[in-house]
Amino acid sequence: MSTIVPDQRGRYGQFGGKFVPETVMYALEELEGSLNEAMSSKEFIEHYHEELKKYSGRPTPITHAENLSKRLGGAQIYLKREDLNHTGAHKLNNAIGQALLAVRMCKQKIVAETGAGQHGVAAATVAARYGLECKVFMGEEDIRRQELNVFRMKLLGAEVVPVSSGSKTLKDATNEAIRYWVSNVEDTFYLIGSVVGPHPYPKMVRDFQRVIGDESRVQLEKTPDKIIACVGGGSNAMGMFYPYLEEQVDLIGVEASGKGIHTGKHAATLSEGRLGVIHGSITYLLQNETGQIQEPYSISAGLDYPGIGPEHAYLSETGRVTYKGITDQEALDALKILSEEEGIIPAIESAHALAEAIKQAPELTASQEILVCLSGRGDKDVHTIMEHLGGDVDE
Amino acid sequence: MNKRFKEHVENKNDLFIPFITAGDPEPETTIELALMLQEEGANAIELGIPYSDPLADGPVIQRASERALKNGMSLEKAMDLVPKMREKGLEIPVIIFTYYNLLLQLGEDRFFALVRKNDVDGLLVPDLPFEESGEWKESCLKNETALISLVAPTTSEERLKKIADEATGFLYCVSSLGVTGTRSHFQSSVFTFVERVKKQSKVPVAVGFGVSRPEHVKELKDYCDGVIVGSAIIRQVESQVEALQNPETQKEAIDQIRAYVRDLVAPFEKTTIHS
Repeated sequence: MSTIVPDQRGRYGQFGGKFVPETVMYALEELEGSLNEAMSSKEFIEHYHEELKKYSGRPTPITHAENLSKRLGGAQIYLKREDLNHTGAHKLNNAIGQALLAVRMCKQKIVAETGAGQHGVAAATVAARYGLECKVFMGEEDIRRQELNVFRMKLLGAEVVPVSSGSKTLKDATNEAIRYWVSNVEDTFYLIGSVVGPHPYPKMVRDFQRVIGDESRVQLEKTPDKIIACVGGGSNAMGMFYPYLEEQVDLIGVEASGKGIHTGKHAATLSEGRLGVIHGSITYLLQNETGQIQEPYSISAGLDYPGIGPEHAYLSETGRVTYKGITDQEALDALKILSEEEGIIPAIESAHALAEAIKQAPELTASQEILVCLSGRGDKDVHTIMEHLGGDVDE
Repeated sequence: MNKRFKEHVENKNDLFIPFITAGDPEPETTIELALMLQEEGANAIELGIPYSDPLADGPVIQRASERALKNGMSLEKAMDLVPKMREKGLEIPVIIFTYYNLLLQLGEDRFFALVRKNDVDGLLVPDLPFEESGEWKESCLKNETALISLVAPTTSEERLKKIADEATGFLYCVSSLGVTGTRSHFQSSVFTFVERVKKQSKVPVAVGFGVSRPEHVKELKDYCDGVIVGSAIIRQVESQVEALQNPETQKEAIDQIRAYVRDLVAPFEKTTIHS
């Protein structure tokens, strides 16, 4: 199988593309031109890697989860430690890349959408670093739920713009960020947080996140038997999988099954969604029978996006990547186990990937290896974890 | 060529093309509003299909969508309103304004079956760019349905030419960047943009996004063939939303909106059918 590159129209098979109002087309063309120019510039790529190294602290290590592997009695589990990035998650890899591109394009302002606030914090961080003005669009409902991240963004000098339209969450914040961008495209760069949106966004974000997989290939002595990553929009998974697409390795993406698929409260876009258009891209999305986009649910705010990156939809269709679902409870259990066994509190998002590894490890032998993308740290989730574990972790 | 477009839009100027959201606040009102707009000189109606994620629209139309969705409006139900408008005397073309996802879910075959059954005249899909519209364009031609294209001030000359060459019905000029909504004034660049479009276009050129005052209509009148008015009318509907849903006050509420519309398009000096 050859490495997938989106075609001229930004399509991954039948997925992707640019389904946006005419007013956005110019902005996308401008972005595509500048992106292609930057990505072929040695100087730009070096600057990006320099920043990853000296500002974000890359390369992130791979940790052998020895205690956990022993406890499960199967495969050896390795963790790609994206939680050790500056700001605590893989999000910064992409934010650095896009912000440097914004500077190169002489844009003075960036806008970003955020759900739980992780990407918003990453955007605010790079804005501070590179001297850009930053507006972060965030649903009113999310602002209420994520007080601390709102404060963090403000501390970093960003303006948090409350979004009161629609369901007042991530998808509406994304709509609003796109609307703002279109009205202010002359001086504004839209810094999207995942491998979603119209072409060239999914490709650009993938290319700024592939450092995860590229590093892993150098760090591990051999190609692992399985690689597992969680998928909301799917940027950490895409970054991890992409360099491995042509290797002999099972690639497994994990969606949030929330309270269980049968309850209707989930974010299992690939298993429960239908083909449609969301945020300018053809992909699977959660929608009702007439095509109104539906609110997803997951305990993890980073996974409750009603769509999925078009390249994931494609990789699912071709069968190259298998997608599984993990419930809130399974993720919480995995989070607790990792905390106890290895002294690492993972983000609830990442705990979904870990939970799938915990399920699959016992089926393998001790000489086999599973690489899990530990996309972020759990500090941001401590409140949620306390609520669910009742503050009593000794039970 | 669609016969209603031929009669009411083709080769005409001073076109008045209002936009209303289907089912805002409920379906009966939509029918009455369409008839009133025809009486006030509308040349065609854009019937907006409410959508959960209207990327090209500003807050006013978003709220209208939310009101209509609460009452269960859908693309199919909206298309079923058209024959009811015809029964009551609507003669002008009806253009279905829908986001692409709704169209995809209904399916192309089902959509055109409804177009034929319900006498729909045009289609406008704000998030279906020229490059992706080929298949729909063909089906529209087969079904004598105009596929309305949009052009923006940022549309390159080359792209404008391609879009204009294949335009049917009329060309929708987006007056400024951003989303739909009312604006206090137009930048002078709008006029040069519209002139640029006029040069390329074989169909009438109408300007939309921000038309909300008689002065706007007066300003634009000499540069283009007509105006599209959306948010400004929806704002009127919003201000009458309670009264429109009460049978005792509905007529009065419609007449309030009528007065606004009449004033707005007065610079066109249209002969209106006074009811």
